[in-house]
Amino acid sequence: METDQLIRTLAADNAHRARPVGFVLALALLAAAPVSLVMFFAALGVRPDVMTAMHNPFFDLKFLVTLALAISAIAVSLHLSRPEAVLRGWAWLLVIPIGLLAVGIACEMMLPQRLPMMTRLVGSNSRVCMTAIPLLSLPLLAAALIGLRHGAPNRPALAGALAGMLSAGLAATLYAAQCTDDSPLFVATWYTIATAMVAAIGALAGSRMLRF
Amino acid sequence: MPEREDEWTGLMRLAVSGDDAAYHRLLKAVTPVLRAAARRGLARSGQPVDQSEDIVQDILLAVHLKRHTWDADAPFGPWLFAIARNKLIDALRRRGRRVFVNIDDFAETIPSEPVAETAPANEVAAQLQSLPVRQREVLQSIAVDSASIKDTATKFAMSEGAVRVALHRGLASLTARLRER
Repeated sequence: METDQLIRTLAADNAHRARPVGFVLALALLAAAPVSLVMFFAALGVRPDVMTAMHNPFFDLKFLVTLALAISAIAVSLHLSRPEAVLRGWAWLLVIPIGLLAVGIACEMMLPQRLPMMTRLVGSNSRVCMTAIPLLSLPLLAAALIGLRHGAPNRPALAGALAGMLSAGLAATLYAAQCTDDSPLFVATWYTIATAMVAAIGALAGSRMLRF
Repeated sequence: MPEREDEWTGLMRLAVSGDDAAYHRLLKAVTPVLRAAARRGLARSGQPVDQSEDIVQDILLAVHLKRHTWDADAPFGPWLFAIARNKLIDALRRRGRRVFVNIDDFAETIPSEPVAETAPANEVAAQLQSLPVRQREVLQSIAVDSASIKDTATKFAMSEGAVRVALHRGLASLTARLRER
């Protein structure tokens, strides 16, 4: 086919309007969310003492941190879905959840504690945490990758890692309702490892799936 | 060349607002620049420069299918060069070289006229044969026979809407096949 013929064909298709990447990503995540919710309620469920736990600011902080991670990762991944976009100027958004955690750890240090630091860090269910977050995030990760495929990221592996972070953030928000370890030290250790695992899977998948 | 890129941005804004002729003019205007950059990339990685036309078509398809990621408030040039750079690197890698393409390769490129020693593009045409029959017929009618959407609809006894759908799906699957080859 001559290039002129191709150009004429593309111009004939000008009327076709694609949806914005953010719209497609939102739709895909909304479709996957029920799957993760069903997995969560079938296998874990909300912890029994949730009504009392809600009065513990460190329990509430977990949701703040995981939601901050999800929202920042969504914002950065949408930014990077434009081909000319660079990470510079946007990466600080990802520091917000880390900052929140750091404030939480500092507050906990200043309060009298019943348990020694290492006990709080190791917690009682780190293995569940490191299994549940990656598993709950898989449907969301698949959805995020499908949504971001609609964009044109210049660094597919990086965009895939962000898809992993956003899905881990959403999955951790669910998991936090079951998790009985409320110490920010626990969150900073095990939630971070779980998120890193999902981000690595996302980067690997993204480097194949998100090329355009 | 800021004037040139300002003109592109203006044309692309018109195109997005539904002006097919402006879109056609824009694609015609950027093609020589893309061709020159592709030739330069090929030359630099020690490959025959007459292979540039397949790369140009690859870039044009990506521009078309990803144009919704262009922000109408941003200049068109940087967006175009980012797409082109990505596709050029891909094409050169597929030909077996790891290469570094400088963004300035595009921004400073002088348009090159079609030259005698440019081999005709054949990758798009080859993938066209593997498309589902309806998509292939519609694409061929519009691309090769220069038929309008209306004439194509009459020819295949389809509605214009169905022709448009087949046309867009055809272009999208063509691009997917080119990427996965």
